[in-house]
Amino acid sequence: MGARLWLSGTWLGLLALAALFAPWVAPHDPLAQDLFLGRLPPFWMDGAEPGYWLGTDSLGRDVLSRMIHGARIALMVALIAGTLTCLIGATLGVLAGFYRGWSDRIISRLVDIWMAFPPVLFAILLIAVLGPGLLSIILAIVIIDWTRFARVIRAETLSQGAMDYVASAQVAGRTRFSTMIAEILPNILPTVIALLTLEMGIAVIVEAILSFVNLSISTDSPTWGGMIAEGRTSVHQAWWVLVFPLFTLFLTVLSFSQLGEGLKDRFDPVLR
Amino acid sequence: MTLLRALFMRLLTMAITLFGVAVVVFFLIRVVPGNPIAMMLPPGATEEDITRLQALYGFDKSLFQQFLIWGGDVLRGDFGTSISLRQPVSELVLGRLPATLELSLFALVIAILLGGLMAFLGTLYRHSMAEAAVDVTSGTALSVPDFLWALVLILLFGVLWPVFSISGRVSPSLDFDFATNFYIIEAALRLRFDVVGHLLGRSFMPALALAIPLAAIIAQLLKQSLKETMHLDYVTLARTKGYSETWVILSEALPNAVLPTLTLIGVQFTFLIGGTVIIERLFSYEGLGNMAIDAVINRDLPLIQGIVLLFAALFTVINLVVDMLCVILNPKLRHA
Repeated sequence: MGARLWLSGTWLGLLALAALFAPWVAPHDPLAQDLFLGRLPPFWMDGAEPGYWLGTDSLGRDVLSRMIHGARIALMVALIAGTLTCLIGATLGVLAGFYRGWSDRIISRLVDIWMAFPPVLFAILLIAVLGPGLLSIILAIVIIDWTRFARVIRAETLSQGAMDYVASAQVAGRTRFSTMIAEILPNILPTVIALLTLEMGIAVIVEAILSFVNLSISTDSPTWGGMIAEGRTSVHQAWWVLVFPLFTLFLTVLSFSQLGEGLKDRFDPVLR
Repeated sequence: MTLLRALFMRLLTMAITLFGVAVVVFFLIRVVPGNPIAMMLPPGATEEDITRLQALYGFDKSLFQQFLIWGGDVLRGDFGTSISLRQPVSELVLGRLPATLELSLFALVIAILLGGLMAFLGTLYRHSMAEAAVDVTSGTALSVPDFLWALVLILLFGVLWPVFSISGRVSPSLDFDFATNFYIIEAALRLRFDVVGHLLGRSFMPALALAIPLAAIIAQLLKQSLKETMHLDYVTLARTKGYSETWVILSEALPNAVLPTLTLIGVQFTFLIGGTVIIERLFSYEGLGNMAIDAVINRDLPLIQGIVLLFAALFTVINLVVDMLCVILNPKLRHA
């Protein structure tokens, strides 16, 4: 089972490096158009142009360079939106699970309401309200997905709170608040980290869906979702414009998910 | 009596949830930038026209008043008029609901068959390469959401090997007049199985995309429950009686192992329906979700409100039905 941790970790590491050093790694300007170089096939096919490894799209933009720059946006959204969602959702979950009473009732009711929204529709609606842009996408993900953390962490905190070590900490004279921070928090941290990794994969998908329906960032920034949307319309003339970004997105989402599942197993073999 | 009480409490929380959804949707949409009124008017409309239309749609009143009026209308079944399509929202939305329901139910059937088959094979060939294959397949299927499976299916069966339709609910060449919007059910009732086949073929790709993640969840949970049950004494007894392994799994182990999976399917079904929004878009399927995305792009406030409320109502009703079914099916919960 260590293999999937390593495989997914390696892929995400490579992706992160490519994203970080995108301007140096990418062979071309991702926005540069050249109509004479439109729809060039990838390097192993007839008619390929040297230097354009994965071919070009209908406007002559380099597919590989666009994918590398798209990785920047995908990973940025994953990191920022994932972390923020985790912080807010986990905090609310711990509060509801540890203090129970009114905080629990309000938070659980909010979770119920949130669960009644179809998430994709909710995301599209929020982008329409917030306006397109990177910040809107991150905000939309946080607003929609905090319930994932709140639900699981609340349940986890409830079960931890009922354990003897919490009672003994109380007897030993710890305050409620310091019990929560010093005793409960370290014990739910593995779950939080596993959920955070899964959430990053979800954030990548949400960003891709939003740019796919053309509600994400301005068209100047290449995104995987945007490339997939463009590639789909010309798939019969230039399949590579769709296939490479789709494959990358697939592998990235799979990696985040496998990493999260792997971490969950590694930290806690009895979890579920 | 406790069952009735539980039902009443559930109905109450359901009402509170729906009210919450209505509040969120209403106030969220009121902050949308971009004036929908301006969009409806031809260029060259006067200031007077704008005021008149604003009064017509009630945009000149306070937010709270608007909410009260809108809420009252909704309770009477009046969801207003769509701005972009200029028809009553309730008509538009109810007209599209059957398409989405049929797609979701078709996907559910596929998920149950596919997931059940995988769980069965994994149990029959447990502790072998076949079980490992089932685990890896379901693990991968679960890790990737329906949106990506849809794109993969489009690529494989729509482009590389074009055997399935990837666009639209009905072929334009189909010569058949539907009286209702439940196309598949209607065709089946009218005994036109050729039409049923046509419709199922058209929606097979989107339904499969929706079904893959759920099938994986079913495969994992059902296989786990089946394997646990296979150790029990009564199953061993059945085996010593000489029944085949297939028979033992299907008629002895399955009835006892299926309950947790049924509960899970109930919970997951709402997620599946939520997935139809983007899947319908991908396959140009004329359902609620596709209409919802158009409504958002056109900033058609009444239509968005209507669709979101309908989805929310559908989800809460399904959750209620699932909870009640669990109580009825599980004797342990009956007196709880």
